[in-house]
Amino acid sequence: MKRKWLSGPYVLWMVLFTLIPLGVVFYYALTDSMTGEFTLSNLASIADYWPIFLRSIWLSIIATLICLVIGYPVAYFIAHCKPTTQRLLQMLIMLPMCISFLLRTLAWVALLEDTGIINSFIAKLGLSPLPLIRNNGAVILGMVYNYLPYMILPLFTVLMKIDPRVVEAAEDLGCNSRQVFSKVILPLSVPGIVSGITMVFVPAVSTFYISQKLGSPGTILIGDVIESQFKAAYNPNLGAALSLVLMVLIFACVGVMNRFTNDDEESMVTL
Amino acid sequence: MRKVNRVFTILVFIFLYIPMIVLAVASFNKGTDIAVFQGFTFSQYKELFRDNDLLRLLGNSLIIAVISMAVATVLGTIAAVGIHSMRGKMRSAVMSLTNIPMTNPDIVTGVSLALLFAFAGILLRINNVLGFWTLLIAHITFGLPYVILNVMPKLAQMDPDLAEAALDLGCTPVQAFFKVVLHEIMPGIISGALMAFTMSLDDFVISYFVTGSGFVTLPVEIYSYTKKPIQPKVYAMFTLIFVTILLLMVTMNLLQARDSSKNRKLRHREANR
Amino acid sequence: MSQELIRLTNLVMEFDGERILDSINLYINDKEFLTLLGPSGCGKTTTLRVIGGFLTPTSGDVLFDGKRINEVPAYKRKINTVFQRYALFPHLDVYDNIAFGLRIAKLSEKEIDERVTEMLEIVSLKGFENRKVTSLSGGQQQRVAIARALVNRPKVLLLDEPLGALDLRLRKDMQNELKRIQQAMGITFIYVTHDQEEALTMSDTIVVMDKGKIQQIGRPEDIYNEPKNAFVADFIGESNILDGVMLEDCKVKFFGRTFACVDKGFEKNEPVDVVIRPEDIDIVEADAGHLCGTVTSVTFKGVHYDTIVDFKGFKWLIQTTDYCPEGSYIGIRLNPEDIHIMKKSEYSGMFGDYSSYSAEYDEIADAEGSEDEA
Repeated sequence: MKRKWLSGPYVLWMVLFTLIPLGVVFYYALTDSMTGEFTLSNLASIADYWPIFLRSIWLSIIATLICLVIGYPVAYFIAHCKPTTQRLLQMLIMLPMCISFLLRTLAWVALLEDTGIINSFIAKLGLSPLPLIRNNGAVILGMVYNYLPYMILPLFTVLMKIDPRVVEAAEDLGCNSRQVFSKVILPLSVPGIVSGITMVFVPAVSTFYISQKLGSPGTILIGDVIESQFKAAYNPNLGAALSLVLMVLIFACVGVMNRFTNDDEESMVTL
Repeated sequence: MRKVNRVFTILVFIFLYIPMIVLAVASFNKGTDIAVFQGFTFSQYKELFRDNDLLRLLGNSLIIAVISMAVATVLGTIAAVGIHSMRGKMRSAVMSLTNIPMTNPDIVTGVSLALLFAFAGILLRINNVLGFWTLLIAHITFGLPYVILNVMPKLAQMDPDLAEAALDLGCTPVQAFFKVVLHEIMPGIISGALMAFTMSLDDFVISYFVTGSGFVTLPVEIYSYTKKPIQPKVYAMFTLIFVTILLLMVTMNLLQARDSSKNRKLRHREANR
Repeated sequence: MSQELIRLTNLVMEFDGERILDSINLYINDKEFLTLLGPSGCGKTTTLRVIGGFLTPTSGDVLFDGKRINEVPAYKRKINTVFQRYALFPHLDVYDNIAFGLRIAKLSEKEIDERVTEMLEIVSLKGFENRKVTSLSGGQQQRVAIARALVNRPKVLLLDEPLGALDLRLRKDMQNELKRIQQAMGITFIYVTHDQEEALTMSDTIVVMDKGKIQQIGRPEDIYNEPKNAFVADFIGESNILDGVMLEDCKVKFFGRTFACVDKGFEKNEPVDVVIRPEDIDIVEADAGHLCGTVTSVTFKGVHYDTIVDFKGFKWLIQTTDYCPEGSYIGIRLNPEDIHIMKKSEYSGMFGDYSSYSAEYDEIADAEGSEDEA
């Protein structure tokens, strides 16, 4: 059977446009921007950006946890609806993702501005305006808003798959509803939790637009720094070095997360 | 408990839809400030249809989305059939390759492709290498894994005897694929294609790094807008897009619901026979 | 029987260095009903798939009508298959499923219609033309699968445990039905099963397989009455298998006694396996028996009692209509034709001892057998 060669063109494509590009990132990260000679100075100068790295990671961890805490009950609720309602709600969760996330973020700016919708409402009540924007909280809000669906959908998928007879068996064996949850449902939903955390954390830690709009210069994230190396400061070698570190960091995180589940091909990106 | 959960879910949905409402309201606003409603008007919509640039950008986005979806779907489906027949190390190697663009943050994918194209540009002595083709290549690349990951489970679910039955009845392997296997995995192909299409239409981060001034898609253009004051007709455009997708989804949902209830009834009748 | 149609010579099949088929030699006659019988993993399905063209043998030849067909792909063989779980095309209705092969062969719609209609009649599915196959019962799907294969008028029909998914009652009906269809159409059936009763009921020839090797080929009666080794004796029906020594022609010694038998052609004092079928044993008063023992368990089986008797620590299964209560001391008599002598084989000593007898042995064997084969 030579059927496996059917994937030849695909493998060639992926090598050309994912593996080799990563090699090029390595190459740029290890060469000097002026002379093109081998250097470790790009990687060394990353030390200056550690605070930004740490802030990015910190803010995305908080955002991911908030998504999990908000997403789980919602996924649980949807998983226990009638099939028709389920499809409708699932669709409603995906729908906002079809609208440019730039515009949705801008809408949040309009809501949170000092003279924005919420604050003008507060002003009408005769209260002083709240500092809703240009702080860490606003950046986290932007992350939660944008990536919440990526948490809910895998959780929903995994909760749907739980055989109701398993729950009945647990009840039959003497679990109260709290124990059913902690001893049966929660352990069985671990793959969904892992996949949801990955799907929220990865884009959150690398985002570069949300902080520009909802944050302040003091809250810039590592994504903003990388972007500016390519689009403003024009130092692609430093940008490549930063991307490399970001990538290694994320692959390490994903690797650790995946140790909690064992099926590697089971993916949550299917409809 | 369930009641609390219901209220909570409703609140989350409101949270998800607040920005949509803000955008929709802004599209009917007489003033240009999104935060202040100065009166109702349809003029933004009239403006929108007079603005050839904006429509051209939308067209660009659609062209890239359609072509990249088509290429990714065909290439990905064929590849999935190949991967499905693989075992062991080879299979896990190819699946890891598939997972790279899924796991890598968009910004790294975008940067790595931008650097590759720049590098290739220097090697091939092409100035201004970034444009339509680089954009298309990037979109095909991140669309492919969606197709593969949606088609593979359908292949795994399929009764392997089906393809053999077709061969047994005289089909060549190619005929067997088109007459039998394709029907079985079609739902996976469709959802994979839809996801590749949506991701392409929606993509900003990767496109932002791999496109030049020659060929720009809507999201990339919007990014440049947001650095200067945004024109309200953009809100009108997205309100229209939103409503279109909403209607499409509701229709699909209704059709599906009718289909499944029909199936249920049919099965019910059979059971009572 | 008529002339030879298929011949397998020195067929060897290896997957990842593991030998699945070990020099299979077999010929199959035209219009024969041949059954490949054996436990799961014995290589019977692999043999079938080699004949069907889904696997290419590692070495050895497959001959069809005298021509070597090793490299001929499945779709070019005049052979059709009924698959284990039917493998009906879910996107097509009953009619289109049956017409599938004919459409591939580009027959005229008129001829297709005639042949499909004829076939529907043969498998008693008239009026089901436009039904979705997913809405049919197991037995009906089975018939569609048979019709879909037979409508192409193959020279050989391969059936891979086709009745495995049906319940007992339906299985019995379909056994008769299949035999009827085979005789009516006059084509060769090669049938794979792990169910010995099914094999005995339907076959002209049975091929008993284990561990990738053919253990015995023969008519059902021969296989049952003259098993070649302990494996066959145990797999086909129930057997008590004992160690014995062949003193001379027609004289065998076991349990310290010499018995008259009908088997000849062994060396003097050759160690042998002695098979005694549980239903051939006559129970008599203790003092009138050739051997005496104590009943240790009795299970009612409907037609007979399964009685386990302890003879000097070796437990026998006796099937009898006479009820002997547990603990009673009884004797048995053996007639010369009840004693069957086999040469020693790799299976000697592995079967035929009922010391760990359980009343559920049938169900356990079935559960193991219905596992899918590699």
